[in-house]
Amino acid sequence: MKLTVNGTTHDVDVEPEMPLLWVLRDELGITGPKYGCGIAQCGACTVHVDGEAVRSCQLEVGDVEGQITTIEGLGTPAALHAVQDAWIEHQVAQCGYCQSGQIMAAASFLISTPAPTDEEIDDAMSANLCRCGTYPRIRAAVKTAAAKLNGA
Amino acid sequence: MSKAGKIARRTFIIGSAAIVGGVAFGTYLAKRAIPNPLLNDLADGEAAITPYVKIDASGVTLITPRADKGQGAYSIQANLIAEELDIDPRTATVTPGMPGPAYYNGTVLAEAVPFPAYDQGAIAEAMRSFMAVPAKLLQMQITGGSSTVPDSYVNLRMAGAVARETLKQVAANKTGLARADLRTEDGHVVLPDGSKIAYTELAADAAGTPPVTDVSLRDPSEWRILGKANTPRLDMVAKCTGTETYGIDHSMEGMLFASVRANPGIGGYVVGFDATAAQGMRGVERIVPVKHGVGVIADNTWRAIQAVNALNIEWGPADYPATSAEIFETLEAAIGDEDAYDHRQRDDGNVDDALADGEVIEASYRIPYLAHAPLEPMNATVRVTDDACEIWTGTQIPLFIRDKAAKITGIPAEQVFVYVQPMGGSFGHRLEMTHVEQTVELAMAVKGTPVKMTWSREEDMTHDYPRPAAVSKARGKVVDGKVAAFDLSVGQSAMASSWFGRLMDMSIPGPDATITTGSWDQPFDIPHYRVTGYRAPDMVPVSSWRSVGASSNGFMHDGFLDELIHAAGADPLAERIRLCGHDTSRKVLEAVGDLSNWAGTDLGENRGRGVAFCMSFGVPVAQVVEVTNTEAGIRIDKVYCVVDSGPVLDPSNFEAQVTGGIIFGLGHAMGAELTYADHMPEQNNFDTYESIRLYQTPVIEMKALSNASKIRGIGEPCVPPAAPALANAIFAATGQRIRKLPLNKHISFA
Ligand code: FES
Ligand code: FES
Repeated sequence: MKLTVNGTTHDVDVEPEMPLLWVLRDELGITGPKYGCGIAQCGACTVHVDGEAVRSCQLEVGDVEGQITTIEGLGTPAALHAVQDAWIEHQVAQCGYCQSGQIMAAASFLISTPAPTDEEIDDAMSANLCRCGTYPRIRAAVKTAAAKLNGA
Repeated sequence: MSKAGKIARRTFIIGSAAIVGGVAFGTYLAKRAIPNPLLNDLADGEAAITPYVKIDASGVTLITPRADKGQGAYSIQANLIAEELDIDPRTATVTPGMPGPAYYNGTVLAEAVPFPAYDQGAIAEAMRSFMAVPAKLLQMQITGGSSTVPDSYVNLRMAGAVARETLKQVAANKTGLARADLRTEDGHVVLPDGSKIAYTELAADAAGTPPVTDVSLRDPSEWRILGKANTPRLDMVAKCTGTETYGIDHSMEGMLFASVRANPGIGGYVVGFDATAAQGMRGVERIVPVKHGVGVIADNTWRAIQAVNALNIEWGPADYPATSAEIFETLEAAIGDEDAYDHRQRDDGNVDDALADGEVIEASYRIPYLAHAPLEPMNATVRVTDDACEIWTGTQIPLFIRDKAAKITGIPAEQVFVYVQPMGGSFGHRLEMTHVEQTVELAMAVKGTPVKMTWSREEDMTHDYPRPAAVSKARGKVVDGKVAAFDLSVGQSAMASSWFGRLMDMSIPGPDATITTGSWDQPFDIPHYRVTGYRAPDMVPVSSWRSVGASSNGFMHDGFLDELIHAAGADPLAERIRLCGHDTSRKVLEAVGDLSNWAGTDLGENRGRGVAFCMSFGVPVAQVVEVTNTEAGIRIDKVYCVVDSGPVLDPSNFEAQVTGGIIFGLGHAMGAELTYADHMPEQNNFDTYESIRLYQTPVIEMKALSNASKIRGIGEPCVPPAAPALANAIFAATGQRIRKLPLNKHISFA
């Protein structure tokens, strides 16, 4: 089957029920999306399908319809996305393992909610687990990212 | 400043050695007793040095042997070297290097001596430096006990300074100028006329120049990198762009993927298994029995996990009680049992006499098992050939892994190579190595082919080697509005011997200090004051969990102190300050009062606040927690925290460790526990093992004092006070005193 990831189309020969996460990681070598729980509890595996955040551990590859973007396709060290830029400005990551998912969740949230209130940020970002406790900086970075995206 | 310089000259001998195309600077090893870790990278005959800095024509490499589990250890180690070397650490290659015994950790064991950390009397100090010897003997390259900063503070800066002065000497020899007339800047020696020579151009000549070792460390007022608010972490860009490659991301040509299922009753064996269903599944290459379990090697991790789930395995019994109820009964039975008596390191005044009459206040506390559950499940990649074993994994104990792999494979330890990978958290989980042992066994079955084994989250949590469960009985008395007597008896299985037993296949004799760490060593002058540790039988195999013994003792000790202060009718902060006999700690308590505008525990209707204090790893920490009892449950509004761990080297990362520690402490106190049924933990993923989420996270304000005479690490000490401060705040808001964790068994959270 064909899969478009970060603008490149790949041919993959896997069973349709394999979760997208493992197709990306083990078949295509795209390791930005992480395995944390496999049961939709942590959000470390978050990617975008046509701009919308999805948990790739829950999405069977046979059901994928649309363009997939992973953290690697959102921005690069040389050309950062505004959310990544804000994350670096606030020095959010500790171990960093949850942060691909946090950043992908925030990027999609800020498309649908460009000027979020504190409460909206809390609601939107609470589905992503961070065992290191980086939550205060995530809050601050989402606000900064919103301002950056709004050209402020 | 010269004090630090003198200590350094006395304790460390920094030297240089020629390497292919350049020079290395590092510590000379006493009588070459310990083999060199970078032997394979260094030119022959230059094995007598442990390098921290290597320079050749292509650039500067900084070697940072202490593991980075997310706490920023690589950055701080690189910054310590770079501060004296005058380079921008972002322009250097930073690597943990190959593990080697010369990077032994002389600090991690130093806190195991029978003196509280605030006692820096001559005997205590002598004992502490004595403890560096067994660490060296055990060849512990261990990252833990918040020891990275104290252990590296002087020697890494010295390595940078010796390298800098030697490079200046080479430039002086070349130009005919005096070394004193030269200065250094951003990787260059600068001549008086302003022209510059890059270090990389001087490296080859530096190899033949005697190192300049008579150097002094710079005064902190001259620092450019250390102590500066805006110093970024070196790994931040990679971690925000998905380009950091953790152990689980390691990839090799021809690599196979694997997963394992071991007996969920820890330590139990495999009676037999039926692999028929698994065998026929797509992508399955091999099914291999491993220690206490069975592994599947496949062509994809998901397929391996599916096949593991399809295995039909009959398990033998585990040799500890099957249920939480039986486990807690066993712990409670240990308290007061003479045969279980382990140690009493605090016995001031006469507790028995003091509690013989009058009103005695009594309480009992209970602490659950807790999983470490770093977000990256344990994994390892191993390739075994006829004469070598290579291991890629994120670990705090590379040398123990090397030796264990040598034992399993029969390959000499010198031919076992452990490449430490970036880590997605640890909290102490990576002080274990069962997953690596299993991967070595799998890799032996497909010699020559690298195998990456990943534990499913369920396997990881089931085989977590949790923080020990603990119970305590407390008795005390108040007289004239003051705390007069405090007697705490703690029952717990021994953690240190459980851990060492797995690591070194031997049991450690003697008392286990971790049973009362965080209680017996608190800096309070209570007239009659006693803490006793009782060692319950070994049950679920247990391990170190972020802040170790203090994670449970901090809750029990401070919680009961709060009860006594309440009974005395005294102010919780004022009475702790009055009782505190240690100057640095008292200032921390006073400062948290200022920071929080403390005026008692009452904040109005349905609101309240609590204070707690715990000194662990030598660092006094005081926290004030404010809560509101809303209709939906308890909401944590705000936390104030004051710490004193000496000079702060990296303020931004320091703040992240303080807030992260508080959130970790609060989150587990609120809702996390492992309970056992049928020998197995009943929680095996994040749906049932709950912790804190972003919407529950309070605003945190912190302040660091630096009255402490020694520099200390901050990764752990902020965890212990969070749970008691929260419980004390809930008491202030609701009148409900909760003595058993997790708190959500007794009250709900918004
Ligand atoms: S791995 Fe997908 S939500 Fe945790
Ligand atoms: S930074 Fe470690 S899990 Fe979030």
